[in-house]
Amino acid sequence: MAIDLARFHQAFFEEGFERVDAMEQGLLQLEGGANNAETVNDIFRAAHSIKGGAATFGFTAVAEFTHHVETLLDSIRNGSRGVDDALVSLLLRSSDQVRALLTAARDGGQADAELSARLQHELQQALHPDSSDADSAIPVPDEVSHAVAGSQAAPGEAGWRIRFAPHADLFASGNDPLRIFGALAELGRLDVVARHPGDLPGFSSLDPVQCLTAWDLVLHGSSSLDSVREMFAWVEDECDLQIEPLRAATVAEPSAKVVPIHAPAAAASAAPASAATAPANAAKSRAHADSSIRVSTDKIDGLINLVGELVITQASLTQYTQGLDPLVHERLLAAVQQLEHTARLLQESVMSTRMLPIDSVFSRFPRMVHDLAARLDKQVKLQTIGEGTELDKSVIERIGDPLTHLVRNCIDHGIESPQDRSAAGKPAHGTLTLTAAHQGGQIVIEVIDDGRGLSRSRIIAKARSNGLAISDNASDAEVFNLIFAPGFSTASEVTDVSGRGVGMDVVRRNIEQLGGEVELKSVEGSGTTVRIRLPLTLAIIDGMFIDVGGETFVVPLNGVIESLQPLPEQIKRVAGQGMVLKVRDEYMPMISAHDLYRVPGAAKPPHQAIAVVLEAEGCKLALLVDELIGQQQAVIKSLEAHYRRVFGVAGATILGDGRVALIVDVTEVVRNCGRALAA
Amino acid sequence: MKPQEIKQNPREYLSFTLGDEEYGIDILAVQEIRGYDAVTRVPDAPEYIKGLVNLRGTIAPVVDLRIRFKLGNAEYDHLTVMIVLNIGGRIVGIVVDSVCDVVPLLPEQIAPAPEFGASFDSSYLQGLANVNDRMLILMDIDKLLHSAELALYAPAESQDLPQMMAAA
Repeated sequence: MAIDLARFHQAFFEEGFERVDAMEQGLLQLEGGANNAETVNDIFRAAHSIKGGAATFGFTAVAEFTHHVETLLDSIRNGSRGVDDALVSLLLRSSDQVRALLTAARDGGQADAELSARLQHELQQALHPDSSDADSAIPVPDEVSHAVAGSQAAPGEAGWRIRFAPHADLFASGNDPLRIFGALAELGRLDVVARHPGDLPGFSSLDPVQCLTAWDLVLHGSSSLDSVREMFAWVEDECDLQIEPLRAATVAEPSAKVVPIHAPAAAASAAPASAATAPANAAKSRAHADSSIRVSTDKIDGLINLVGELVITQASLTQYTQGLDPLVHERLLAAVQQLEHTARLLQESVMSTRMLPIDSVFSRFPRMVHDLAARLDKQVKLQTIGEGTELDKSVIERIGDPLTHLVRNCIDHGIESPQDRSAAGKPAHGTLTLTAAHQGGQIVIEVIDDGRGLSRSRIIAKARSNGLAISDNASDAEVFNLIFAPGFSTASEVTDVSGRGVGMDVVRRNIEQLGGEVELKSVEGSGTTVRIRLPLTLAIIDGMFIDVGGETFVVPLNGVIESLQPLPEQIKRVAGQGMVLKVRDEYMPMISAHDLYRVPGAAKPPHQAIAVVLEAEGCKLALLVDELIGQQQAVIKSLEAHYRRVFGVAGATILGDGRVALIVDVTEVVRNCGRALAA
Repeated sequence: MKPQEIKQNPREYLSFTLGDEEYGIDILAVQEIRGYDAVTRVPDAPEYIKGLVNLRGTIAPVVDLRIRFKLGNAEYDHLTVMIVLNIGGRIVGIVVDSVCDVVPLLPEQIAPAPEFGASFDSSYLQGLANVNDRMLILMDIDKLLHSAELALYAPAESQDLPQMMAAA
């Protein structure tokens, strides 16, 4: 099954950032020295999940780095290593780096690879304290600079060593060292080591807008001194800058210790550096979060109604101005036209705000199914169909839990273990299918599994043991209906997944609260289908607008197979009254929309009308209409809110001019008219 | 018919005409008054249900009381008025010949409606009132609109039936 992984990226990053936050919170709890096994576990799990997700989606940098964090956490978890504050601080810095790496992966940017390398080194040092010269979690800084400098300055390499010590008030002039480093990095490979040049003030007197960090940079490559100097042109007066050729420095100090860094520096230096990047990250993620806001649906409904009113007003304006002389009122007419256009666009966009594709519910299942299947040692393949089906937001929000429950049930009870499946002659992996579709003015969601199905006898036995009366010759529907009784569960044992007896009754209650219904079909041995029907409170359909005797109707496009102008020889009469249309080699009943909806006035002769071929529940019916107006999206409004149900009408929609048009209930029309004619 | 009102507070009624007769309905049921336009016919509806209108996104049925009570000529022009009622959340438009006035009435000004016998169901009448020597027929609009006879809403056994309909 080919999956477009990219559509899960968003979810991965959201979860990733949440997990980093969780790590951070856990680490902060550890900081007091309290080695709470549960907290360590939580942090470990968070890191593990990030690593797993990152590896799945191919973010190697994240996965690799997190792997080191995880390894260290694992050693804490299994008790082979104690926790001290230095270690916590290292882990906190590492979690910052994980976040930076995630951000970089999300935004397609570059994270500080050097920092990763250094932290990785520190993590390894912390993991094997014996290999280092001290028991400290922080590796000896000299070691770090060894590693850093050693990796940077291979003897004889071209490049520049830059010592950049900005004055404390550098930020006040609006300069950002990171930007300079970014520009430098474009000249060649850049290694950056931060250090703090002097004594740091106490925390209470620390001014966050003062720059107390200095940097040692090594720029590899053959860029000219001028080009490097140019990068610092803006800050030249606000810093102490030394630029020397790499080779000279190497010559001057042949040892690897090119950059002497004082012992406390390394520990302290990372903090300001990450502090400098943190606000940028925060701003970025905030901008990301702001791309959607939560608005009460009442407000949106209010908007929809107001826009409706606006469109009506606009339509009447258009009407009033129609009789005006275009030469005299050219500008007025142009403005009215512009208003019409804008009002239409406004209406469309406001309408769309309430609708969401059901994908936002379905997309949570692949992971859940995967995890559950793994936990239960089952093999389950998930299929989703119709993810693009748009549902009212309020329905989307409330359908998630019942669906989750159904999916969980399917995997736990429905789909058998691979051994059982093979024994039953089925493929080892079960298939779970989720479908969504608009049907007959309703939304139908199905959860289909090819598992063992419901056992009629077991349900009856269970019902009896629960004191429910059920006769042996009750219909399957009646028996399966018992599943929805409160406290009913056929699972022979309680698992941690499902089977506590609360379940289907809650599912049914939830669906009924939405005004929908649940149906269950099952064949023992070959699977179960749970079908949820939800009414359309407000849903958009693609509609074909048709004209019948001057009245506009909307036929949902998904119920339309084709439309054609029938030739006289295609039309046959049956028993003198019923009409049958022959399309290619197929005969189907035909009915005039004039008759169906009792439209006043005579209908066109069939061969001058247009036949719209409808299909529902596997049956076809040709509906004769006068004209096709066009295809357009229509917002379905319930008729029943203020009126009774009308046969053959699924609802109504509001046309651009504010008038009401009825929506054809294809299922109902096909079912009743087709059958009546066929009989 | 109605429980005793507090004497000092007259109830306000919106009066309108159907043909030559003047009717009144409780003004609290009135949501708005607007012109009659753009009604979409519904299939299988009685003659007096003119169809559906869009009231700011709400789709509501329109009943022509002139046809229902066989009063006046059911003509539609730019002067035809529609009173939009909101009764227990159900919105319905009624077409009348003209809207006259808002009349405050004390309960004692309202005489009980006489029995008309089988030809006219007086149960939709709340009472009669005399206003400036004109007779105002007060209509129990709630009862009328929810009557099975008008068939505006689904019959009582329908499941999506609001509470207030069962009461009516």
